[in-house]
Amino acid sequence: MIGKHLLSMDQLTKEDIIEILDTAESLRQVTDRPIKKLPTLRGRTVCNLFYEASTRTRISFELAAKRLSADVINFSADSKSSVSKGESFKDTAWTLEAMGVDAIIVRHGSSGAPHQLAKWVKAHVLNAGDGAHEHPTQALLDLFSIRERFKEFDGLKVAIVGDVIHSRVARSNVKGLVTMGADVTLVGPATLIPKEARSWGAKIEHELDPLLADLDVCYLLRVQKERQNEQLFPSLREYSNLWGLDNRRMSKMHKDALVMHPGPMNRGVEIAADVSESERSIILDQVSNGLSVRMSLLYLMLGGNEGEDS
Amino acid sequence: MSAYLMKGGRIVDPASSTDELGDVVIRNGVVEAIGRDLEPDGVEIIDATGKVVAPGLVDLHTHLREPGREDEETIATASAAAAAGGYTAVCAMPNTDPVQDSASVVEQVWALGREAGLVDVIPSGALSKGLEGAKMADIGEMANSYAKVRLFTDDGHGVQDALFARRVMEYLMTFDGIYAEHCEVEALAAGGQMHEGERSVELGLRGIPSEAEELMAARDIALAKLTGCRLHLLHISTAGTVELVRRAKNEGLNVTAEATPHHFSLTDAALFDYDPMVKVNPPLRSDADQQAVIAGLADGTIDAIATDHAPHAQEEKDQEFSYAPPGLLGLETALALTLTELVRPGHLTLSQAIERLSTTPALILGLQAHGRVERGRAANLVVFDPEARWTVDPMTFQSKSRNTPFAGRSLQGQVVHTFFNGKQTVRDRRLVTEARV
Repeated sequence: MIGKHLLSMDQLTKEDIIEILDTAESLRQVTDRPIKKLPTLRGRTVCNLFYEASTRTRISFELAAKRLSADVINFSADSKSSVSKGESFKDTAWTLEAMGVDAIIVRHGSSGAPHQLAKWVKAHVLNAGDGAHEHPTQALLDLFSIRERFKEFDGLKVAIVGDVIHSRVARSNVKGLVTMGADVTLVGPATLIPKEARSWGAKIEHELDPLLADLDVCYLLRVQKERQNEQLFPSLREYSNLWGLDNRRMSKMHKDALVMHPGPMNRGVEIAADVSESERSIILDQVSNGLSVRMSLLYLMLGGNEGEDS
Repeated sequence: MSAYLMKGGRIVDPASSTDELGDVVIRNGVVEAIGRDLEPDGVEIIDATGKVVAPGLVDLHTHLREPGREDEETIATASAAAAAGGYTAVCAMPNTDPVQDSASVVEQVWALGREAGLVDVIPSGALSKGLEGAKMADIGEMANSYAKVRLFTDDGHGVQDALFARRVMEYLMTFDGIYAEHCEVEALAAGGQMHEGERSVELGLRGIPSEAEELMAARDIALAKLTGCRLHLLHISTAGTVELVRRAKNEGLNVTAEATPHHFSLTDAALFDYDPMVKVNPPLRSDADQQAVIAGLADGTIDAIATDHAPHAQEEKDQEFSYAPPGLLGLETALALTLTELVRPGHLTLSQAIERLSTTPALILGLQAHGRVERGRAANLVVFDPEARWTVDPMTFQSKSRNTPFAGRSLQGQVVHTFFNGKQTVRDRRLVTEARV
C-alpha cells in the first residue's frame, strides 16, 4: 500500500517499491502500442502545480496522466512567496480543491511544501521535488533503470557523487537504494556531504578514484554553478578535476558498471560529454523510464478504487 | 477600589522563602496583610483553597507589535493575553515600526500600556538606531524618559560588530542599563530555517548551527568582563550557551540569561511535518540542548523563563515553511507549560518555577512593585490552580493572533485570578473585560 499521498521515499517498503516497478514494467508495453493510451483514469483530473521551472518532470507527469486518459491541467507559479500578491500557497491549494482535482503533482522550491499541501486538500498529493528534501519519483525511476540492468539490488555498489547536501535526488535515492538492499556511498567534498547522512545508512567517502573499480553504478549529481559563489569548493575546474567523471575515470570501472545522472547535465563539470554518451550511460533510459514509473504511480494511487475515493 | 481576602491558599513567595498556607488581604492596591485566619472588615472573600497564591508573573521578552503591526497584536490585546496568563508586567521588545529607539516611541508604548491598564508594560529600548547595529539609539533619552528604559536590546538581531557592542556596553553603564543580546552570528545563521543537525539534513532545510548562538554569547561574556556592563542573554537555546553562562557566573560576572517555554517543551523533532507553527528563532534545538536548558533552569544558571511571545498573522504562518516568519505565542501558555514540563516531572520545585517566572525577572528589570508577595507592596499577584487540566484552544486566546504550536495539548495548571495593583484583571478563570479601558 503506497498510501494516499507520495511525499517521501520513507513511506515505501521494499514490497511497495517492487509493486511500483512491476506495474511500471507492464505499463511500459502501452508505450509500444500504436495507440498509446489506457482508459484507467478517464474522468479524473490531475493538476501539475509547479512552483519551480522543470521541463522533464512536468512533461513526464503530464504524458503519464494523459496516457491513462486523465484530464491534465498545468499551473505554474513563481516559487517566491505569493502572499504579497494576494494568493498564498494555501489559497491556491483550496482553489484547486474547490475545482475538484483528484491529484496534485507538486514541485516546490521550499522543502516540505507537499507535506503542507497534503494537510489542506482531499486530493492525492504527489511530490515532484521539494526544495532540498526529496524527489521520490526520480528515485523510483532510477531504481527501475538499475533493475533493468542488474535484476538484484542486494550488495549492489552505488556511489552518489556530488552536491548531496542540496540534493533532493540524493535523499530520495539513498532511501530507496538502502531499502532495496544496495550498498550506497556518498562521495564529494565535506562541504557538500553532510556527516549526518551516515544515519541514512550510507557510507561517506571524499575521494572518488579509490572506489571506481568496485562500483556497479556511478550516479552523478548536478553541480549548480551558483554553488561556487558560496565557497563550497574553490572552482568548477577543481571540482571537475577531483570528482568529475571523465573517460579516464570511467575506464577504471568494470565493464557492466553504469553511469547515471538525473539531468540536466553540466557537461564538462560533473560529467564529460563522451561519458554521458558512452555505452555505460543510461541517462536517456532514465528519462523514458520516468514515464512508465509515473504512470504506475498514478495507476496505483488513483486507479485502484476508481470513483470511490475522495 | 475593592478589598479582598484570599483565604487558605498556598502562598509561594520565593523572595522571602515563603511556601505555606495562609490568607492574603488586598486593599487600596496593596497587600495589607498576610497571615493565618485573618478576619478583616469590608472585604470580598475569595476561597483560595487548593490554589497557589504567587507574585504576578513578569515577562522579560514580549513582542506587543504596536506600533506597526496592529493587525497581529496591540498593546491592549497583548496586555489582555498577559493578564490571562497570570502576568502583571511585560517587557516590550523594541522591534516595532517605528522601532523603539527614541524617547518618543518608548513613551508611546508606555502610555498605551497604561491606557490598556491590565499589566505594567515596560518598554525596552533598541541598542542601535533602526536595529541596524551601526549607530547608537537614543539610549540616554530613553533611560531618562517617562518610560525609564532599563533593558536595551536589538532583539531579532544580534549585534554583529564587536566594537559597537563594546561601545554600547560602556555607554549603557552611564545609565545603569542592561545590555540584552539576541545571540546570533548572522554569517553562520543566514538562510537557516531550523536547528542544524541530523533532523535538518533529513528534512532538507538549511540549518542554524548552535555555534551561531554560542560564539556571540562567548563574545558578549568576554566584553561584559572587559566593560563591567550588566549583560542579559535572551532566549538561550543550546547546551553550549548554558555552559558558557554557568562558567561566567562561577567567575562572578554579572550575567543573566532567560529561556523560553518552547525551548524546554519542544525539540526539533516537532518539525517532522513542516508545520510553520514550530518555526521560531532561535530554533527548537536537539534533545540534548533541551535537557541542558532544563538543567540550567533547575540549577539557576538560567535566571528567568521568558515567553518571546511573538504574534503572527495567520496568512503569514500559512505560507511554505521557508517563507513563514519565525515566532510563536507564549503569554497564555507559559505558566501551564512550566508547571507541566518542569514542575510536574520534578525538575523544578514550585517555588523555583515562580522565582524564574516572577521574582528574578522583576529583580532584573528593577521593578519594586512586582515579583513579591509582601505586606505593604503593590498587590500584583496571580492565583492559580496547580492541578487543573485544560486543553489549549487558540480560539479562546486573548491575543489577537493564534500562532501556537501547543493547540490541542493538554496542560496542567490554570490561572484563576490575576490582580494588577490590587485590581482583578482575571476573575474565576475569565478576563475581567471591564478592567480594560
